[in-house]
Amino acid sequence: MTQSELVTQPKVEPVQEVKAISSPTRKALRRFRRHRLAMFGVCVIIILVIAALLGSETAALTQDLKNANKPPSAQFFFGTDRTGRDVFARTLVGGRVSLMVGLVAVVFSTLIGVTLGALAGFYRGWVDMVIMRLVDMVMSFPVIVLLLCVVALVGPGIFKIMVMIGMLTWTTPCRIMRAQFLALREKEYVEAARTIGMDDFSIAIKHILPNAIAPLLVYMSFGVATAVLLEAGLSYLGLGVQPPTPSWGNMLNTARSISTMERTAWQWIPPAICTVLFVMSVNFVGDGIRDALDPRALNEK
Amino acid sequence: MTRYIIRRLLINIPVLLGITVLVFLFTALAPGDPIAAYIRPEMGDNPILRAQLTKELGLDQPLPVRYFRWISRTVQGDLGFRAVGGQPVASTVMNALRNSSILMLTALAIGCLVGIPLGIISALRQYSRTDFVLTTLTFLGISTPSFLLGLGGLYVFGLKLKMFPIGGMVTPGQPFSMVDFLQHLALPALILSAGYVASLMRYTRSSMLEVINATYVSTARAKGLRERQVVLIHAFRNALIPIITVIGLALPEMVGGAVITETVFSWPGMGSLLIEGVSGRDYPLVMGISLLIGITVLFANLLTDVMYAFVDPRIRYN
Repeated sequence: MTQSELVTQPKVEPVQEVKAISSPTRKALRRFRRHRLAMFGVCVIIILVIAALLGSETAALTQDLKNANKPPSAQFFFGTDRTGRDVFARTLVGGRVSLMVGLVAVVFSTLIGVTLGALAGFYRGWVDMVIMRLVDMVMSFPVIVLLLCVVALVGPGIFKIMVMIGMLTWTTPCRIMRAQFLALREKEYVEAARTIGMDDFSIAIKHILPNAIAPLLVYMSFGVATAVLLEAGLSYLGLGVQPPTPSWGNMLNTARSISTMERTAWQWIPPAICTVLFVMSVNFVGDGIRDALDPRALNEK
Repeated sequence: MTRYIIRRLLINIPVLLGITVLVFLFTALAPGDPIAAYIRPEMGDNPILRAQLTKELGLDQPLPVRYFRWISRTVQGDLGFRAVGGQPVASTVMNALRNSSILMLTALAIGCLVGIPLGIISALRQYSRTDFVLTTLTFLGISTPSFLLGLGGLYVFGLKLKMFPIGGMVTPGQPFSMVDFLQHLALPALILSAGYVASLMRYTRSSMLEVINATYVSTARAKGLRERQVVLIHAFRNALIPIITVIGLALPEMVGGAVITETVFSWPGMGSLLIEGVSGRDYPLVMGISLLIGITVLFANLLTDVMYAFVDPRIRYN
């Protein structure tokens, strides 16, 4: 190879080419938008959330015994319940309660999981040992079984449910974070950060956490669906959100007795359909996010 | 292999002990008065009786002593008595366990018989219309919560179309007949199998796709084997691992029961029993059930790992 060849070798890229390169985030967004079911899910979720926010609390709680157990009509779109409350309004407000339980529970579980997972992966040794055995133990039980046991102890209630779901579902984010920390803590750039005197906490937040965002996002979307379902199940059994506060789950309680299930079907069918629609949509979105963030798909156009 | 199993069993001992401690602490630290459940209201609140019961039940002893007493009895299969009603917990749980396993095994069997073949078909005709329809159905099946599916199914097929009885295991007041039992079993088993069908189909499809283009599959074709043999013996066997995982994960449910779906169908299994225990604050019952479930999960995991090595000789543990 001659001197002149070495000099002329690197070709200057045309400026237009630079424009065509898009960031991984933008690529992921584009892939997500192309996922038809996920987009459908986003639309359904937006509609449900807007409807839930518009619900009127007074209409949902006002009892009118003269109008009890009325079937759907122009005045009451979804009819009325046992004490004459408007089922339509209760479905909207109930949605607000259920969605809030789902969101708050997932935030709780992510916070707990991320913290414990980071501790386990960063310090390893006995800290890791203790935390991972704890994960093994919690994971030995199906969540719903554990949840029921804890309800037996602390009793039902909306706030308790959020905290409990969070405290029993942190194992997945914990394992995600631990894996990231174990993989990254020996990396040169983490080593470099330590050399310039950065403390453990900042390293964790600035240099390792961002790498775990993708799997955590996927977890959180599926997690919301799980939490909403757990709430629905518990409240259906009368062990979750307590009346008069409506939630999709405790509205299903009417269906526990075969006679009211048949006679006043309008009381439980709307919240049941809303729950199914929401859980399905969230699953579609979660799937879309997973596909969009899949590193194997990163190089694809 | 034997050494691997023994090692795994040994590793599980601390986790198992941890579970027993958790279950024990759960009831020991429970708020509320454990004595209260044993005193009938007409007896009144008698301090002497209270003190006597405390002594009889061993509640005056320190926690570690109580734990060792409890664990030594548990190891002998004695789970104590229910706080409500007083029946022995062990036999109540065994009854419920039998009912749950019948239901869940039927559901899982339907799941395997329908899900695995459909998954194979879906993989063999990748991107065809059949594949598209099946994958969409899988997706819907996985995202639909089973207890809501149960409510809908009970309403439509039980109440409206009157095709199935509406809950329970047998028609009350009638002598036991197999036909009657199967009629009661059909709807909940079908509803619960939907989830298994969907997940088995999805995993079978994706793992078949991974092996279907492998060189040994081409070799098998080149040797002139019939397509049936190629697919079932050469490809499918190597695609079994994820399928076993799904089945392994289903085992604990066999014992835990489909907690809420069982209640929907008033199926007298572990799920219904657990809910009964929780609603009635029947701690000995809740303890017995959760202990059994915890132990099963540990063994199910072990069994799954052993099965891996059994179907796939490439996996060697050491």
